[in-house]
Amino acid sequence: MLKVSGLTCSRGERQLFADVSFSLAAGEWLHVQGENGAGKTSLLRLLVGLSPADAGEIYWRGVAASEADFHRDLLYLGHHAAVKDDLTPLENLCLSAALDGIPLDEKAALAALVRLGLRGREALPVRVLSAGQKRRVLLARLLTRPAALWVLDEAFNALDSGAVQLLGELIGEHLAKGGLAVLTSHQPLPLPAGKRLML
Amino acid sequence: MNALLATVRRDLLLALRRKSEVLTTLFFFVIVVSLFPLGIGPEPELLKKIAPGVLWVAALLSTLLGLPRLFAADHLDGTLEQMALSPSPLALLIAGKILAHWLLCGLPLVLLAPLLGLQFALEGQTLFILSLSLLLGTPLLSLIGAMGAALTLGVRGGGVLLALLVLPLYIPTLIFGAGAVEAQSAGLGVEGHLSLLAALLALAVFFAPWATTAALRIALE
Repeated sequence: MLKVSGLTCSRGERQLFADVSFSLAAGEWLHVQGENGAGKTSLLRLLVGLSPADAGEIYWRGVAASEADFHRDLLYLGHHAAVKDDLTPLENLCLSAALDGIPLDEKAALAALVRLGLRGREALPVRVLSAGQKRRVLLARLLTRPAALWVLDEAFNALDSGAVQLLGELIGEHLAKGGLAVLTSHQPLPLPAGKRLML
Repeated sequence: MNALLATVRRDLLLALRRKSEVLTTLFFFVIVVSLFPLGIGPEPELLKKIAPGVLWVAALLSTLLGLPRLFAADHLDGTLEQMALSPSPLALLIAGKILAHWLLCGLPLVLLAPLLGLQFALEGQTLFILSLSLLLGTPLLSLIGAMGAALTLGVRGGGVLLALLVLPLYIPTLIFGAGAVEAQSAGLGVEGHLSLLAALLALAVFFAPWATTAALRIALE
Protein backbone atom coordinates (compact mmCIF):
# COMPACT_ATOMS: atom_id res chain seq x y z
CA MET A 1 0.00 0.00 0.00
CA LEU A 2 2.90 2.31 0.80
CA LYS A 3 5.80 2.37 -1.59
CA VAL A 4 8.82 4.63 -1.25
CA SER A 5 11.62 4.68 -3.78
CA GLY A 6 14.90 6.51 -4.06
CA LEU A 7 14.24 9.03 -1.26
CA THR A 8 17.17 11.40 -0.78
CA CYS A 9 17.58 14.13 1.79
CA SER A 10 20.36 16.59 2.53
CA ARG A 11 20.65 19.30 5.13
CA GLY A 12 22.85 22.10 3.84
CA GLU A 13 25.97 20.51 2.38
CA ARG A 14 25.64 17.24 4.24
CA GLN A 15 23.73 14.37 2.74
CA LEU A 16 21.68 12.63 5.45
CA PHE A 17 20.60 9.62 3.42
CA ALA A 18 20.32 8.70 -0.22
CA ASP A 19 18.25 6.30 -2.23
CA VAL A 20 16.06 4.97 0.60
CA SER A 21 13.47 2.54 -0.72
CA PHE A 22 10.95 0.33 1.02
CA SER A 23 7.41 -0.86 0.65
CA LEU A 24 4.79 -1.86 3.18
CA ALA A 25 1.70 -3.98 2.64
CA ALA A 26 -1.40 -3.98 4.83
CA GLY A 27 -0.59 -5.25 8.33
CA GLU A 28 3.15 -4.62 8.05
CA TRP A 29 5.28 -2.19 10.01
CA LEU A 30 8.67 -0.64 9.50
CA HIS A 31 11.21 0.04 12.23
CA VAL A 32 13.47 2.91 11.21
CA GLN A 33 16.75 2.64 13.08
CA GLY A 34 19.93 4.64 13.18
CA GLU A 35 22.21 6.69 15.39
CA ASN A 36 21.27 10.10 16.73
CA GLY A 37 21.36 12.52 13.84
CA ALA A 38 21.21 9.78 11.21
CA GLY A 39 18.08 11.37 9.75
CA LYS A 40 15.26 9.26 11.18
CA THR A 41 13.05 12.23 11.98
CA SER A 42 13.91 13.83 8.63
CA LEU A 43 12.87 10.63 6.86
CA LEU A 44 9.52 10.58 8.65
CA ARG A 45 8.92 14.27 7.91
CA LEU A 46 9.66 13.64 4.23
CA LEU A 47 7.36 10.65 4.29
CA VAL A 48 4.37 12.56 5.66
CA GLY A 49 5.05 15.54 3.40
CA LEU A 50 6.09 18.14 5.96
CA SER A 51 9.31 18.82 4.06
CA PRO A 52 10.12 18.24 0.39
CA ALA A 53 12.53 15.50 -0.68
CA ASP A 54 15.57 16.25 -2.87
CA ALA A 55 14.71 13.20 -4.93
CA GLY A 56 12.51 10.15 -4.72
CA GLU A 57 8.91 9.20 -4.82
CA ILE A 58 6.21 8.17 -2.38
CA TYR A 59 3.20 6.19 -3.53
CA TRP A 60 0.12 5.56 -1.44
CA ARG A 61 -2.37 2.98 -2.71
CA GLY A 62 -0.62 3.14 -6.08
CA VAL A 63 -1.00 6.91 -6.49
CA ALA A 64 1.64 9.58 -5.81
CA ALA A 65 1.09 10.68 -2.19
CA SER A 66 0.85 14.35 -3.15
CA GLU A 67 -2.16 13.54 -5.34
CA ALA A 68 -3.74 10.75 -3.31
CA ASP A 69 -6.05 11.53 -0.41
CA PHE A 70 -3.02 10.73 1.72
CA HIS A 71 -3.66 13.00 4.68
CA ARG A 72 -7.04 11.42 5.39
CA ASP A 73 -5.32 8.05 5.86
CA LEU A 74 -2.35 9.39 7.78
CA LEU A 75 -1.74 9.95 11.46
CA TYR A 76 1.64 11.45 12.34
CA LEU A 77 2.73 11.90 15.93
CA GLY A 78 6.03 13.70 16.19
CA HIS A 79 8.42 14.82 18.92
CA HIS A 80 6.12 17.64 19.97
CA ALA A 81 3.35 17.07 22.45
CA ALA A 82 0.87 18.77 20.05
CA VAL A 83 -1.58 19.28 22.88
CA LYS A 84 -2.72 22.59 24.30
CA ASP A 85 -1.64 23.17 27.90
CA ASP A 86 -4.63 25.35 28.71
CA LEU A 87 -7.23 22.84 27.56
CA THR A 88 -8.28 19.60 29.22
CA PRO A 89 -7.40 16.23 27.63
CA LEU A 90 -11.02 15.80 26.59
CA GLU A 91 -11.16 19.22 24.91
CA ASN A 92 -7.83 18.54 23.21
CA LEU A 93 -9.11 15.31 21.68
CA CYS A 94 -12.48 16.71 20.62
CA LEU A 95 -11.03 19.89 19.12
CA SER A 96 -8.28 18.15 17.17
CA ALA A 97 -10.91 15.80 15.75
CA ALA A 98 -13.06 18.79 14.80
CA LEU A 99 -10.08 20.43 13.10
CA ASP A 100 -9.56 17.24 11.09
CA GLY A 101 -13.25 17.25 10.17
CA ILE A 102 -13.77 13.90 11.86
CA PRO A 103 -16.90 13.38 13.95
CA LEU A 104 -16.05 12.33 17.50
CA ASP A 105 -18.53 12.15 20.33
CA GLU A 106 -17.48 12.81 23.88
CA LYS A 107 -18.13 9.23 24.97
CA ALA A 108 -15.63 7.82 22.45
CA ALA A 109 -13.04 10.42 23.45
CA LEU A 110 -13.56 9.59 27.11
CA ALA A 111 -13.22 5.86 26.41
CA ALA A 112 -9.92 6.51 24.62
CA LEU A 113 -8.59 8.49 27.59
CA VAL A 114 -9.66 5.76 30.02
CA ARG A 115 -7.90 3.14 27.87
CA LEU A 116 -4.72 5.21 28.13
CA GLY A 117 -4.98 5.33 31.89
CA LEU A 118 -6.15 8.93 32.23
CA ARG A 119 -9.36 8.18 34.10
CA GLY A 120 -10.14 11.09 36.42
CA ARG A 121 -7.70 13.39 34.58
CA GLU A 122 -9.99 14.22 31.66
CA ALA A 123 -11.21 17.50 33.15
CA LEU A 124 -7.84 18.83 34.39
CA PRO A 125 -5.86 21.27 32.27
CA VAL A 126 -3.02 19.44 30.53
CA ARG A 127 -0.64 21.96 32.13
CA VAL A 128 -0.83 20.13 35.47
CA LEU A 129 -0.16 16.66 34.00
CA SER A 130 3.26 15.04 33.94
CA ALA A 131 5.29 14.64 30.73
CA GLY A 132 4.31 10.99 30.44
CA GLN A 133 0.63 11.77 30.96
CA LYS A 134 0.83 14.51 28.33
CA ARG A 135 2.29 11.94 25.96
CA ARG A 136 -0.65 9.64 26.77
CA VAL A 137 -3.11 12.40 25.84
CA LEU A 138 -1.43 12.61 22.46
CA LEU A 139 -1.45 8.83 22.07
CA ALA A 140 -5.21 8.79 22.72
CA ARG A 141 -5.49 10.20 19.22
CA LEU A 142 -4.46 6.78 17.93
CA LEU A 143 -7.86 5.58 19.12
CA THR A 144 -9.99 8.58 18.15
CA ARG A 145 -8.56 9.39 14.73
CA PRO A 146 -9.14 6.61 12.19
CA ALA A 147 -6.12 6.30 9.86
CA ALA A 148 -4.60 3.45 7.89
CA LEU A 149 -1.00 4.63 8.21
CA TRP A 150 0.55 5.53 11.56
CA VAL A 151 3.84 7.40 11.49
CA LEU A 152 5.18 7.57 15.03
CA ASP A 153 8.41 9.40 15.82
CA GLU A 154 9.93 8.24 19.12
CA ALA A 155 6.44 7.50 20.41
CA PHE A 156 7.84 5.31 23.19
CA ASN A 157 9.73 8.18 24.83
CA ALA A 158 8.71 9.37 28.29
CA LEU A 159 6.38 6.42 28.78
CA ASP A 160 6.49 4.05 31.76
CA SER A 161 6.69 0.29 31.19
CA GLY A 162 2.91 -0.11 31.44
CA ALA A 163 2.36 2.52 28.78
CA VAL A 164 5.03 1.00 26.53
CA GLN A 165 3.17 -2.31 26.77
CA LEU A 166 -0.15 -0.55 26.07
CA LEU A 167 1.22 1.29 23.03
CA GLY A 168 2.58 -2.04 21.77
CA GLU A 169 -0.93 -3.50 22.12
CA LEU A 170 -2.48 -0.56 20.27
CA ILE A 171 -0.04 -0.89 17.39
CA GLY A 172 -0.60 -4.65 17.34
CA GLU A 173 -4.38 -4.17 17.09
CA HIS A 174 -3.88 -1.59 14.35
CA LEU A 175 -1.72 -4.00 12.33
CA ALA A 176 -4.16 -6.85 12.89
CA LYS A 177 -6.88 -4.67 11.36
CA GLY A 178 -4.76 -4.26 8.25
CA GLY A 179 -3.15 -0.96 9.22
CA LEU A 180 0.43 0.11 8.50
CA ALA A 181 2.94 1.70 10.84
CA VAL A 182 6.32 3.38 10.49
CA LEU A 183 8.15 3.84 13.81
CA THR A 184 11.41 5.12 15.13
CA SER A 185 12.58 4.01 18.53
CA HIS A 186 15.78 3.14 20.34
CA GLN A 187 14.25 0.62 22.70
CA PRO A 188 13.22 -2.97 22.06
CA LEU A 189 9.56 -2.89 21.08
CA PRO A 190 6.85 -5.23 22.33
CA LEU A 191 5.71 -5.94 18.78
CA PRO A 192 5.67 -8.84 16.32
CA ALA A 193 8.64 -8.83 13.94
CA GLY A 194 8.45 -6.15 11.26
CA LYS A 195 10.61 -4.79 8.48
CA ARG A 196 13.74 -2.89 9.40
CA LEU A 197 15.43 0.06 7.81
CA MET A 198 18.91 1.08 8.93
CA LEU A 199 19.91 4.65 8.18
CA MET B 1 -16.38 25.22 6.57
CA ASN B 2 -16.79 23.18 9.75
CA ALA B 3 -13.03 23.05 10.11
CA LEU B 4 -12.89 26.86 9.94
CA LEU B 5 -15.49 27.18 12.68
CA ALA B 6 -13.70 24.54 14.76
CA THR B 7 -10.49 26.59 14.56
CA VAL B 8 -12.33 29.75 15.59
CA ARG B 9 -13.93 27.91 18.50
CA ARG B 10 -10.61 26.47 19.58
CA ASP B 11 -8.78 29.81 19.48
CA LEU B 12 -11.57 31.61 21.33
CA LEU B 13 -11.57 28.91 24.00
CA LEU B 14 -7.79 29.22 24.36
CA ALA B 15 -8.07 33.01 24.66
CA LEU B 16 -10.76 32.57 27.32
CA ARG B 17 -8.36 30.41 29.35
CA ARG B 18 -5.66 33.04 28.97
CA LYS B 19 -7.54 36.31 29.15
CA SER B 20 -4.54 38.49 30.02
CA GLU B 21 -3.06 38.20 26.51
CA VAL B 22 -6.13 39.69 24.87
CA LEU B 23 -6.79 42.26 27.57
CA THR B 24 -3.26 43.68 27.41
CA THR B 25 -3.64 44.65 23.74
CA LEU B 26 -7.01 46.27 24.48
CA PHE B 27 -5.64 48.23 27.42
CA PHE B 28 -2.71 49.28 25.26
CA PHE B 29 -5.17 50.72 22.74
CA VAL B 30 -7.18 52.55 25.43
CA ILE B 31 -4.10 53.99 27.12
CA VAL B 32 -2.29 55.12 23.98
CA VAL B 33 -5.42 56.87 22.71
CA SER B 34 -6.08 58.50 26.10
CA LEU B 35 -2.52 59.84 26.41
CA PHE B 36 -2.97 62.25 23.52
CA PRO B 37 -5.75 64.47 24.98
CA LEU B 38 -3.84 64.49 28.27
CA GLY B 39 -0.60 65.52 26.59
CA ILE B 40 -1.99 68.03 24.14
CA GLY B 41 -4.51 69.80 26.33
CA PRO B 42 -8.23 70.51 26.03
CA GLU B 43 -8.48 72.34 22.71
CA PRO B 44 -11.50 70.83 20.93
CA GLU B 45 -10.50 72.03 17.45
CA LEU B 46 -6.98 70.60 17.63
CA LEU B 47 -8.20 67.34 19.20
CA LYS B 48 -10.86 66.96 16.54
CA LYS B 49 -8.20 67.38 13.89
CA ILE B 50 -5.80 64.75 15.23
CA ALA B 51 -8.45 62.26 16.37
CA PRO B 52 -8.69 60.10 13.21
CA GLY B 53 -4.94 59.70 12.91
CA VAL B 54 -4.41 58.98 16.60
CA LEU B 55 -7.18 56.39 16.82
CA TRP B 56 -6.10 54.67 13.64
CA VAL B 57 -2.40 54.58 14.50
CA ALA B 58 -3.26 53.22 17.96
CA ALA B 59 -5.47 50.53 16.39
CA LEU B 60 -2.65 49.62 14.05
CA LEU B 61 -0.08 49.34 16.85
CA SER B 62 -2.29 47.31 19.16
CA THR B 63 -3.07 44.88 16.33
CA LEU B 64 0.66 44.58 15.75
CA LEU B 65 1.15 43.80 19.45
CA GLY B 66 -0.93 40.64 19.21
CA LEU B 67 0.54 39.38 15.94
CA PRO B 68 3.70 37.54 17.10
CA ARG B 69 1.49 35.24 19.19
CA LEU B 70 -0.79 34.39 16.27
CA PHE B 71 1.15 31.30 15.17
CA ALA B 72 4.02 31.10 17.68
CA ALA B 73 2.28 28.95 20.30
CA ASP B 74 0.91 26.51 17.71
CA HIS B 75 4.33 26.31 16.08
CA LEU B 76 6.08 25.64 19.38
CA ASP B 77 3.81 22.86 20.62
CA GLY B 78 3.53 21.11 17.26
CA THR B 79 -0.16 21.85 16.69
CA LEU B 80 0.71 23.68 13.49
CA GLU B 81 2.32 20.51 12.11
CA GLN B 82 -0.87 18.61 12.88
CA MET B 83 -2.89 21.30 11.11
CA ALA B 84 -0.66 21.03 8.04
CA LEU B 85 -1.22 17.26 7.96
CA SER B 86 -4.94 17.49 8.63
CA PRO B 87 -7.36 16.28 5.95
CA SER B 88 -8.97 19.74 6.12
CA PRO B 89 -7.32 22.30 3.81
CA LEU B 90 -4.67 24.23 5.73
CA ALA B 91 -5.79 27.53 4.20
CA LEU B 92 -9.22 27.05 5.74
CA LEU B 93 -7.78 26.39 9.19
CA ILE B 94 -5.51 29.41 8.86
CA ALA B 95 -8.47 31.55 7.76
CA GLY B 96 -10.18 30.41 10.96
CA LYS B 97 -7.18 31.47 13.02
CA ILE B 98 -7.13 34.89 11.37
CA LEU B 99 -10.87 35.29 11.96
CA ALA B 100 -10.39 34.40 15.62
CA HIS B 101 -7.54 36.92 15.86
CA TRP B 102 -9.82 39.62 14.47
CA LEU B 103 -12.65 38.71 16.85
CA LEU B 104 -10.24 39.01 19.78
CA CYS B 105 -8.01 41.92 18.74
CA GLY B 106 -9.98 43.79 16.06
CA LEU B 107 -13.64 43.74 16.94
CA PRO B 108 -13.12 45.09 20.48
CA LEU B 109 -11.29 48.08 18.97
CA VAL B 110 -14.28 48.78 16.72
CA LEU B 111 -16.57 48.73 19.76
CA LEU B 112 -14.26 50.80 21.97
CA ALA B 113 -13.42 53.45 19.39
CA PRO B 114 -16.64 55.54 19.66
CA LEU B 115 -16.20 55.70 23.42
CA LEU B 116 -12.60 56.84 23.10
CA GLY B 117 -13.54 59.22 20.30
CA LEU B 118 -15.59 61.19 22.83
CA GLN B 119 -12.33 62.31 24.42
CA PHE B 120 -11.52 64.06 21.15
CA ALA B 121 -14.79 66.00 20.99
CA LEU B 122 -15.97 64.06 17.92
CA GLU B 123 -19.65 64.30 17.00
CA GLY B 124 -22.14 61.47 16.66
CA GLN B 125 -21.95 61.05 12.89
CA THR B 126 -18.15 61.20 12.88
CA LEU B 127 -18.00 58.57 15.62
CA PHE B 128 -20.20 56.36 13.49
CA ILE B 129 -17.90 56.75 10.47
CA LEU B 130 -14.91 56.07 12.72
CA SER B 131 -16.43 52.76 13.81
CA LEU B 132 -17.43 51.91 10.27
CA SER B 133 -13.94 52.58 8.93
CA LEU B 134 -12.44 50.44 11.71
CA LEU B 135 -14.97 47.69 11.01
CA LEU B 136 -13.69 47.52 7.43
CA GLY B 137 -10.08 48.23 8.31
CA THR B 138 -9.28 46.03 11.31
CA PRO B 139 -9.95 42.72 9.46
CA LEU B 140 -7.57 44.01 6.83
CA LEU B 141 -4.95 44.64 9.52
CA SER B 142 -5.37 41.07 10.81
CA LEU B 143 -5.13 39.58 7.31
CA ILE B 144 -2.02 41.52 6.30
CA GLY B 145 -0.49 40.97 9.73
CA ALA B 146 -1.01 37.21 9.49
CA MET B 147 1.16 37.10 6.36
CA GLY B 148 3.92 38.94 8.22
CA ALA B 149 3.56 36.72 11.28
CA ALA B 150 3.84 33.61 9.11
CA LEU B 151 6.91 34.94 7.28
CA THR B 152 8.74 35.77 10.52
CA LEU B 153 7.72 32.58 12.34
CA GLY B 154 10.67 30.97 14.08
CA VAL B 155 13.03 33.82 13.19
CA ARG B 156 15.16 35.11 16.05
CA GLY B 157 14.11 38.64 16.99
CA GLY B 158 11.04 38.10 14.83
CA GLY B 159 8.97 40.67 16.71
CA VAL B 160 10.91 43.70 15.49
CA LEU B 161 11.26 42.26 12.01
CA LEU B 162 7.52 41.69 11.96
CA ALA B 163 6.89 45.36 12.76
CA LEU B 164 9.31 46.49 10.04
CA LEU B 165 7.68 44.14 7.55
CA VAL B 166 4.04 44.80 8.34
CA LEU B 167 3.87 48.52 9.21
CA PRO B 168 4.67 49.73 5.67
CA LEU B 169 1.97 47.40 4.35
CA TYR B 170 -0.49 48.99 6.76
CA ILE B 171 -0.04 52.43 5.16
CA PRO B 172 -2.87 52.20 2.58
CA THR B 173 -5.30 51.01 5.24
CA LEU B 174 -4.25 53.86 7.51
CA ILE B 175 -4.62 56.48 4.77
CA PHE B 176 -8.08 55.40 3.67
CA GLY B 177 -9.32 54.64 7.18
CA ALA B 178 -8.20 57.88 8.79
CA GLY B 179 -9.09 59.70 5.55
CA ALA B 180 -12.71 58.62 5.80
CA VAL B 181 -13.04 60.03 9.31
CA GLU B 182 -11.28 63.28 8.33
CA ALA B 183 -13.53 63.67 5.30
CA GLN B 184 -16.58 63.23 7.51
CA SER B 185 -15.42 65.91 9.99
CA ALA B 186 -14.68 68.24 7.08
CA GLY B 187 -18.18 67.67 5.72
CA LEU B 188 -17.03 65.83 2.59
CA GLY B 189 -18.28 62.50 1.23
CA VAL B 190 -16.86 59.34 2.77
CA GLU B 191 -18.02 56.79 0.19
CA GLY B 192 -14.78 56.91 -1.78
CA HIS B 193 -12.55 56.11 1.18
CA LEU B 194 -14.83 53.42 2.51
CA SER B 195 -15.25 51.76 -0.89
CA LEU B 196 -11.49 51.61 -1.30
CA LEU B 197 -11.14 50.07 2.15
CA ALA B 198 -13.83 47.52 1.28
CA ALA B 199 -12.09 46.72 -2.00
CA LEU B 200 -8.77 46.17 -0.21
CA LEU B 201 -10.55 43.96 2.30
CA ALA B 202 -12.17 41.85 -0.43
CA LEU B 203 -8.78 41.41 -2.08
CA ALA B 204 -7.10 40.46 1.19
CA VAL B 205 -9.83 37.97 2.18
CA PHE B 206 -9.09 36.08 -1.01
CA PHE B 207 -5.32 36.21 -1.10
CA ALA B 208 -4.01 36.63 2.45
CA PRO B 209 -5.00 33.14 3.74
CA TRP B 210 -3.27 31.51 0.74
CA ALA B 211 -0.15 33.61 1.11
CA THR B 212 -0.08 32.94 4.86
CA THR B 213 -0.47 29.21 4.27
CA ALA B 214 2.39 29.18 1.79
CA ALA B 215 4.63 31.05 4.24
CA LEU B 216 3.71 28.66 7.06
CA ARG B 217 4.54 25.62 4.95
CA ILE B 218 8.01 27.06 4.39
CA ALA B 219 8.38 27.74 8.13
CA LEU B 220 7.46 24.13 8.90
CA GLU B 221 10.10 22.58 6.61
